[in-house]
Amino acid sequence: MSAEPMSAEALSAEPAEALSAGHTGAMSPSPRLWRMRRAEVAAAGVVLAGIVGTAAQLTAGPAAAGAAAAGVAACTVPALWFARNRFRSWAYQERDDDLIVERGVMVRRLSVVPYGRMQFVDVTAGPVDRIYRLATVRLHTAAAASDARIPGLEREEAARLRDRLAALGEAKAAGL
Amino acid sequence: MNGVPGRDDSWHRLHPLSPVVRSGRGVLAVLAAVGISSSSAVDGGSRWFDLVLPAAVGIAAVVGWLVTRWRLDGVTLRIESGLIRRDSRQLPIARIQAVDLVRPFLARALGLAELRVRLAGSSDADGRLAYLTEQAALELRARLLAAHHGMDPATPEPAEQIAVVVPTGRLIGSVMLSASGSAGGLVLAGIVLAFVSPAGLAAVAGTLLWWVISCVSLVWRRVSEQYGFTVAQSPDGIRIRRGLLGTVAETIPVPRVQAVRMIEPLLWRRVGWCRLEMDVAGSPGRDSADGGARMRKVLLPVGGRPQARFLLATVIGDAALELTRPPGRARWKAPLSYHFLAAGHDDTLAVSVTGRVRKVTTWVPLEKAQSVRYVQGPLQRRLRLASVHLDAAGHVRAEFRERPQDQAGLLVGELAALSREARRHQDAPAGYHPTRAAEPVTVPRQAASVASPVNAAQSEA
Repeated sequence: MSAEPMSAEALSAEPAEALSAGHTGAMSPSPRLWRMRRAEVAAAGVVLAGIVGTAAQLTAGPAAAGAAAAGVAACTVPALWFARNRFRSWAYQERDDDLIVERGVMVRRLSVVPYGRMQFVDVTAGPVDRIYRLATVRLHTAAAASDARIPGLEREEAARLRDRLAALGEAKAAGL
Repeated sequence: MNGVPGRDDSWHRLHPLSPVVRSGRGVLAVLAAVGISSSSAVDGGSRWFDLVLPAAVGIAAVVGWLVTRWRLDGVTLRIESGLIRRDSRQLPIARIQAVDLVRPFLARALGLAELRVRLAGSSDADGRLAYLTEQAALELRARLLAAHHGMDPATPEPAEQIAVVVPTGRLIGSVMLSASGSAGGLVLAGIVLAFVSPAGLAAVAGTLLWWVISCVSLVWRRVSEQYGFTVAQSPDGIRIRRGLLGTVAETIPVPRVQAVRMIEPLLWRRVGWCRLEMDVAGSPGRDSADGGARMRKVLLPVGGRPQARFLLATVIGDAALELTRPPGRARWKAPLSYHFLAAGHDDTLAVSVTGRVRKVTTWVPLEKAQSVRYVQGPLQRRLRLASVHLDAAGHVRAEFRERPQDQAGLLVGELAALSREARRHQDAPAGYHPTRAAEPVTVPRQAASVASPVNAAQSEA
């Protein structure tokens, strides 16, 4: 298989192809997540360029400072490309009995978490998330390894998902 | 003091000697420290000052005992404790994962025992009754387990059938064999160093000595923890008794077993020995080193394969599945572990074999699966391979490693569907409907055990 980035429709391709079709289609995080990631990468690039440029200025002079800053700026391009692919790789699907979350560019992961196994749902929003009005929904089970995390959901969608998961979790709860 | 505690649903205190046992070790340590400091003091002036700390510890223990009380009212065990920060815990009996009877040396000498009731997600301190008289603890355990299985709490403890007793010689031999690897390495390193440069040996002698001491203490701890290891089968669960100076008696209801692992280290394989561990749902990431506290329970510290097979059959049913091996190209991804890699599943159980030096076979009942994951790293993608993990509660999982990519995709769906079916079979989830678990369900197993409904799906396996 090629290493090209996955998009939301990847859910209907392998490996999820084998999963019986759910009642809702695959969903992906809000496009604002990409804007947020872009801003984060750009900000990190600017800060890093400033630091490296100042250091070069102090040790080697203005020409070196310019070159160093340009070098850092050039590095942000692949970083942006990577962030873009990462953003595109996220997808989730609510099926009748379980939630499927797919993610990853280098390491591709797909988790199937039954609603009945859910211990609790977390909705978090950091300061940057709040600027973009986004939130992360995370599903916890009794297993340490099962991480069903969906970042970059619009607040309404996060609240809807949280309520739906909580309701389904209660309805289908299974004992340990 | 209470006649027979637990028989009625009034409040009870712990045994009056509990503060002595609980603070015993601490007070002794403080007194020893005081003794050292006072003997090294120049003038014997402020001696009264030295006694403040042990006295405070003693008083705190007595107050702790005074304010702690417990009560059993049919469906919950309530424990109240704390003077300033009042703490009231309610432990629903239907959700019990395991009941341990722990007798540290001092308590054992005084005829006392500690009862630990484990629930999923509870920490060590929850559900501890330290200490009761042995008689009262045994009786309370019987009542708790009877109530857990939906029977009248007054039902006497059912008879048990001893399944396996680990001989002391074999236990010591197995621990020595595990330790001999590192010990042999150390001795060899010492000898080589002695030949190469005696001065160098002198320099690292301290470190070597420290290693030897820690090795010896490890051997001692393992042996004293698992001395006289006895596994017994009884209708209320698997019972394990072990310990040399302090003893531990664990009872684990069979339907509460989340996963079983068989571990065969390199040196043990020659002798045909293996070790069985079972996982019970607990708070993830809080496995303490204390033998009675962790949720990974040793089912068999060392034993032959027939013994292991017998215990496996008791705990998870028929475990003989057809295993499939990953394709040959997986050697590029897992050159060492490829040797043993295999996995398989049927309608109710998933099995995986991993590890090269330490061969680990994991059984996870599908109804216990918490999630199914598909993982594919860059190298695996190049080789068109992928892994499928079936997670059980805690840190254990069955890993279908290095499967062909298309098969792995199918496997995710299949395992998800099968575990959904398996969950449906356990129709009355005891963990969530304590009242529904009140009716006894008889399951035709060996010795016609009475078990909670969750067991039904398992015994079909």
